[in-house]
Amino acid sequence: MRIPISWISELTGVTASGREIAEHLIAAGLEVESVQTIGEGLSGDLVVGRVEEIEELTEFKKPIRYCLVDVGADHGGIRGIICGAQNFVVGDLVVVAVPGTILPGGFEISARETYGKVSNGMICSEREMGLGEDHEGILVLPPETASAGANAKPIIGLADEILDIAVTPDRGYALSARGIAREVCIAYKVPFSDPIDRVVHVPAPSGSTKPAECASDDLEACDLFTLSTVVNFNPYAPTPQWMKNRLRDCGMRSVSLAVDITNYVMLESGQPLHAFDLDKLQGTVRAGHPIEGELFETLDHVERTLSASDLVILDDRGTIGLAGVMGGLDAEISDSSTNIALEAAHFDSMAIARSSRKYKLSSEASRRFERGVDRTIAPYAALRAIELMLELGGGEYVGMNAVEAPMQVTVITISNQLPAQIAGMEIPAQQVVDLLTAVGCQVTQESGQLHVAVPSWRPDITDQADLVEEVIRLIGYSNLPSTLPVAPAGRGVTHSQKLRRRVGTALAHAGLSEVLSYPFVGPQDLTALRIPAQDPRRDMPTLANPLSDEQPWLRSSILFTLIPTARRNLGRGHTSIPIFEIGSVFQGGMDTVAIPHMNVEHPPTPEQWSALENALPNQPLHVAAVLIGEAQPAGWWGGARPFDWSDAVDSARILAESCGVTLAVSRGADPIFHPGRCAQLSVTDADGASHVVGAAGELHPAVCESFGLPPRSCAMEINLNAVIKCAPLVMPAPVFSTQPVAKEDLAVVVDQNMDAALVEQALREGAGDLLESVRLFDVYSGPQVGEGKKSLAFALRFRSPDHTLSAEETARVREAALQRATHVCGAVLR
Amino acid sequence: MSAPNKEYDPKQVTDLSEESVNRMVAEALAAMNNAGNLAELKEVRLAHFGDRSPLALANREIGALPPAAKAEVGKRVGQAKAQIKDALSNREEELEVLRDQQVLLEETVDITVPTDRGWVGGRHPLTTLMEAMSDVFIAMGYSIAEGPELEAEWVNFDALNVPADHPARTMQDTFYVTSQDSGAVLRTQTSPIQIRAMLEHKPPIYVVAPGRVYRTDELDATHTPVFHQIEGLAVDRGLTMADLKGTLDHLAEQMFGAGIVTRLRPSYFPFTEPSAEVDLQCFICRGASVGNSGTPCRTCGNEGWIEWGGCGMVNPRVLRAVGIDPHVYTGFAFGMGIERTLMFRNGVTDMRDMVEGDLRFTRAFGVEA
Repeated sequence: MRIPISWISELTGVTASGREIAEHLIAAGLEVESVQTIGEGLSGDLVVGRVEEIEELTEFKKPIRYCLVDVGADHGGIRGIICGAQNFVVGDLVVVAVPGTILPGGFEISARETYGKVSNGMICSEREMGLGEDHEGILVLPPETASAGANAKPIIGLADEILDIAVTPDRGYALSARGIAREVCIAYKVPFSDPIDRVVHVPAPSGSTKPAECASDDLEACDLFTLSTVVNFNPYAPTPQWMKNRLRDCGMRSVSLAVDITNYVMLESGQPLHAFDLDKLQGTVRAGHPIEGELFETLDHVERTLSASDLVILDDRGTIGLAGVMGGLDAEISDSSTNIALEAAHFDSMAIARSSRKYKLSSEASRRFERGVDRTIAPYAALRAIELMLELGGGEYVGMNAVEAPMQVTVITISNQLPAQIAGMEIPAQQVVDLLTAVGCQVTQESGQLHVAVPSWRPDITDQADLVEEVIRLIGYSNLPSTLPVAPAGRGVTHSQKLRRRVGTALAHAGLSEVLSYPFVGPQDLTALRIPAQDPRRDMPTLANPLSDEQPWLRSSILFTLIPTARRNLGRGHTSIPIFEIGSVFQGGMDTVAIPHMNVEHPPTPEQWSALENALPNQPLHVAAVLIGEAQPAGWWGGARPFDWSDAVDSARILAESCGVTLAVSRGADPIFHPGRCAQLSVTDADGASHVVGAAGELHPAVCESFGLPPRSCAMEINLNAVIKCAPLVMPAPVFSTQPVAKEDLAVVVDQNMDAALVEQALREGAGDLLESVRLFDVYSGPQVGEGKKSLAFALRFRSPDHTLSAEETARVREAALQRATHVCGAVLR
Repeated sequence: MSAPNKEYDPKQVTDLSEESVNRMVAEALAAMNNAGNLAELKEVRLAHFGDRSPLALANREIGALPPAAKAEVGKRVGQAKAQIKDALSNREEELEVLRDQQVLLEETVDITVPTDRGWVGGRHPLTTLMEAMSDVFIAMGYSIAEGPELEAEWVNFDALNVPADHPARTMQDTFYVTSQDSGAVLRTQTSPIQIRAMLEHKPPIYVVAPGRVYRTDELDATHTPVFHQIEGLAVDRGLTMADLKGTLDHLAEQMFGAGIVTRLRPSYFPFTEPSAEVDLQCFICRGASVGNSGTPCRTCGNEGWIEWGGCGMVNPRVLRAVGIDPHVYTGFAFGMGIERTLMFRNGVTDMRDMVEGDLRFTRAFGVEA
């Protein structure tokens, strides 16, 4: 809501700067976003001029006028002025900047020769004077606004300050001059005289014809409906400049006198009004519901298909307005309407919010109705509008019809101590009463209990807590003390939370950088990633309103979105890209039917809650990494070492080790990865059961190509929740012997496709307890070991818990290890 | 050369006089002092202490001396040999030290060459900032609460006193899952975690909930559809708005320095009543820039305060929806944007830098924000 300070002053008698009033309003909870001065930067004279003569100059590219304008004797009498606008005629009153005047933006007016004439001033548009954005033509003042030579500044509202207030959904009353003025009066502790209590000067209904009939078919959704009739209104009467100024300052355009008056009264009182052309109506005007599927064209020229649950305004022919949101094209008043039916009604805020949301239509009316409009003021606002119509456009008030449901006044009982208890500070009981009264409540006291009748313009006040807020905000949040409550002794971060932090740190220390990507994916992403049709990762939740129709799904794998992030880094000139991401993935589509419908009067039952939890997809935390380019760059130490599949596997190992979990690596198959260079990653839980938790390796060449990644780019993804589930809470201490170690190297020849991990496993099994460690230190394939074979060289360390191993013992264990490897893997001693 | 003098042989080949022996010693000592390295010293040893050295030759002559002279000369030559031996040994040690020093000198490298064989990684500053803010509350005895990003609408809105069609729902542009009326959304705020915390635990409840949230904003310099918040919730007997203010002041001081406080401004959130906006005192100028055009402050735009988040006393309707008796317990809640905090705290000027995943952004922060 934008509002000029002059209007606030007029209603409150408070004369303070815009900035000072803004400070008070902010402290009271009205968020003033800006204070702006109309025509800021303008200096010098603006005078009213009367156009005496217009000479059309036609020899130029565009039409140019040379005008003789009377600016009054004090400002040089009649001046010749060149003007490019066409929207005025001889006799019109215009605003003239005389030479010496500086317009906003530092534009100084001087007498100058142009288009073969001397132009002795400038006829101004609204935008040139900093009044608004209107630049369609020059500003033409209504006839008889002032005489030639008068100071134009007060006439056009120059130097007024405008407050722009962001009104929160609970403060509908602040969408009106009336509501803001009340807050200003409370802040300045001056009495407030409510503008709706002012006597409205409207003659008694003439009764010359019957006023238009009205009804409400749905007294819950429309509990007050009034329809007033004015005939013989002059549609050509101009809107006075003062009203134009206020509409402009409040951010609305001047349309025609009748429309301007409905808007002005809405800004003043907060009650939206709608004017119909009486001659276009047929029968009773009703608030009610349309026929399912009825087509209806709103004022914005959009045809809409209505449902029977919509709240609309109808006449005998059908829908003529979307109630409280927007009127229809058919019954709208036009520039020539002389007979007017004026609707002033009260609608259920939820009904209006529903319409506004459903049809994506937000109007000045809907913004007010959905925040709550004063339940009582519709008849007043109608009469106020009629007063202005008759005064400014003439005509005859025929009468008003109204229907109304009984009205409930909200009464809340509250302890006079409650505000103090909630605030945590002393608040005298009398102050509570005084502040609630200032807000407009009627308070009756009964031994410490207050019975508070809520005013009709505050439908947001429904609970004790709302009254508490009113009291504390008016005392001022700045007066609250600052105390620190003592929580019970806490347990710190959980084991799982600690490990999640540690995983990120471990990967960072391993040289990877954490990035965040949006979890949105689409079909073309999955095609590029080679995810087959039956892959469970294709089962993802779908967004009803995605940012991009091409990415309607929520990722089931972090690599889906991390690989494109890697590509972006390539595009920015990075050649080595070790990145990782920790984030949620979404497994499985939604069976939303299973979500129970629950109210908020009671907590969910255990059955409801578990149904709700089960309906949501599994959303485990995953970690993924992409490794592109060089693991170690070239330097004085030698050549570069590129990232390869083993770095991807190792990043997973580092991750698992940081959780105290040992990762088992076996041959994997995942269409994202190279079929011969993909590891399946598993961990073992406390019960000894093995769980597959992820995959790592070299990306499939086709994936690299699709995303423009260099060949042999590598990646890893792991289910962090599954790893953490296997993480020991307490690390068992090692038991080790101090007896001497016996070292033995063992090279065996196996088939080329035999996994080293299996051979190592066999060696361990064969060697038994005396084996302290085994480590693969060389892999060789070549003519010496034969076609289709490879040699694996292991370093074995043996140690006995209680004596020095003899050469015979060592040889025996080594032989046992070899025999096992031979038996299981076909290993032959090299 | 003559054989050992077994028999008396008066022929004296070498002068065994005291002068002569002293000269031999002096020559040996001079030679070893001139030796600059161990190889040269080896030559000296051979020349002056070897089998053919003058002293060795002299030694052989002793047998030829008359018995009366043998003892004296023998003693003289023996002393000379011992003197030379000691000197050689000392000199050898000296030269060994020199040699060792030389070896180290020759191993000198250019210690200034780059040593970064691997990459320096980093954690995303949004992650580490969430941890840092959480830790302030952990230290006060709070726990970290969690909840899913894809959330039931009832938890994200209804239970938080945002009924269907309430204008507050349009304040937050929501991603709906499957359809607009499916009952499932991407959480628009971390507040649903409050609901979960209150359903899972009985008061007293002191939790903090950092997390990722979603709204249908297009990405630009100040908006992102995927962002992060941190939420705090306390429910206990007798909690007050003053307690809320004190808790926020404590957070401000821990994150931004001693003496930094917060300011509350009345506002509206459906899940709190009374509600307030939280402003942070500008930790750069501490208000010195207000009305002082000579010392502008880019962090607060000369306002002295920085908009930080929202807060309030938990709406009794919310307590009722989770089965907590509002006549027994009161609560406060607050929340702030992590992106926004990172922007003004660390001077990030463009929101896009946080979400586009450029390596340079993360690396610059290392493992702490």
